[in-house]
Amino acid sequence: MLHTVLFLVFGAICVGGAINLLAQKHPISSALSLIVVMGSLACLYLLLGAEFAAIIQVIIYAGAIMVLFVFTIMLLNAGEEERTKGSRIATIFGVPGLLIGGLVGAWVILRGSEDQTSLSVGQFYGSAEGVGRLLFRDFLLPFEVTSILILIAIMGAVVLARPRGEE
Amino acid sequence: MNAVTTFLLVAIVKIVITVVVLLTIVAYTVWLERKVVGRMQNRWGPSRVGPFGLLQPLADGIKFILKEDLTPPYVNKPIYILAPVLALVMALTTIALIPIGPVVSTLGISTPIQITGVVDGNGNPTDISIGLLIILGITSLGVYGIALAGWSSNSKYSLLGSLRASAQMVSYEIALGLSLVGVLILAGTFSLREIVDQQQGAWLGFIPKWNIFKGQFIAFFIYLMAAFAETNRVPFDLPEAETELVAGYHTEYSAMKFAMFFMAEYANMVSVACLASVLFLGGWSGPVFGPPILQALLPVFWFLLRVLFFLFLYIWIRGTLPRFRYDQLMAFGWKFLFPLALANIVITGLVVALQS
Repeated sequence: MLHTVLFLVFGAICVGGAINLLAQKHPISSALSLIVVMGSLACLYLLLGAEFAAIIQVIIYAGAIMVLFVFTIMLLNAGEEERTKGSRIATIFGVPGLLIGGLVGAWVILRGSEDQTSLSVGQFYGSAEGVGRLLFRDFLLPFEVTSILILIAIMGAVVLARPRGEE
Repeated sequence: MNAVTTFLLVAIVKIVITVVVLLTIVAYTVWLERKVVGRMQNRWGPSRVGPFGLLQPLADGIKFILKEDLTPPYVNKPIYILAPVLALVMALTTIALIPIGPVVSTLGISTPIQITGVVDGNGNPTDISIGLLIILGITSLGVYGIALAGWSSNSKYSLLGSLRASAQMVSYEIALGLSLVGVLILAGTFSLREIVDQQQGAWLGFIPKWNIFKGQFIAFFIYLMAAFAETNRVPFDLPEAETELVAGYHTEYSAMKFAMFFMAEYANMVSVACLASVLFLGGWSGPVFGPPILQALLPVFWFLLRVLFFLFLYIWIRGTLPRFRYDQLMAFGWKFLFPLALANIVITGLVVALQS
């Protein structure tokens, strides 16, 4: 019961933030809505018990990647988007139609899956120690390959951002 | 009443006490700064308003509330109002995770002196198992207040100041986080209460088992310098330097919103001081004696003594050092503190691995 209530609250915040991201005219407001989405996703992870994933979501995604987004939007001086006159029929029929289509599709898919027993808060507990063991023992090769990928990205950034003064 | 109601009531009482004490400490840190910097510059600080100028923060508070709250017409209103709120909320939230003392029991209820701490079935205090990561997350989110403040003010100086401040904060977050990894390797847990519990006691009867004596001496200094940069204090306060950038990101803010940035900066200082005392100086360890009421209050007193020491250190350095130029500041963070923190992690890991 508690799990359902909390899930509905954070899920509503998440979906509301995502819809707000599409509806806002200024990119900075959209970026801030995306931060709200990241935060509510972290709360949903916490609800499942994956505490390490939740806090890493906040630190990395909301605290570093979105800062990068916000910096870029501020530096590029992106202005408000222009709204062209869209078709009214498309809006009146399109948004509810898409919603109904999505709900019908979800119902068809979920109807065939196995019995949805009710979840309790913190059922899939994932501590930092558990994640560490997985990363450094079972999934060591993908971890090292990912770090080489990030190293290549850093080298590319350094090469691209080098001042052109030498030539 | 059942356990949930008890927990909620106890939590509300703890929150109210902590917020009142924190805001008083923030207000009187401003007073302390003005007095100490004044004395270092061979002048009195505030000395007219009340004895020793002790009512000065009250006078400043009344001034801020009654001042004209001017909102310039060219700012982006929603974000202009959101930015100081974000900064202040993030600054005040960190105190919820910091353990201030061991368990106290009154009226049949026992609870640890920590907002997010509870007593489990056996009477042992526990707290959130990822406490330190949450503090780092809140620190990362604190960048938004400054970045959005400068941008929404729609003014050149504000934007430059806020971008510099955000870039500085993001760069020194790395050194901050890495300097704490050494402590985590020694402790083996992210939970702040367990880190403090491992620092109780002493070797040979008089050398306390603090993390700073367990080999994290360099990490302590890296943490201190990164924390100075995170809180935008001298010598890293170019983003709010009056002579360089008018007033940086809070140029266009007046009265209460400016006061919120001000409070956020000092609340960040207090949070950093609390975290440094918890992680490196043994939290609340110190001689405990006397009747039960004294035994409950003495650990809090030792903790506050450490926090006061760090606040005094902040103010002392403010009165002494000139500020860094921006390129010197960034070079110091990336080219010196970051490799030093990495070296500290490697050496600490090596020593711990060889010992076990």
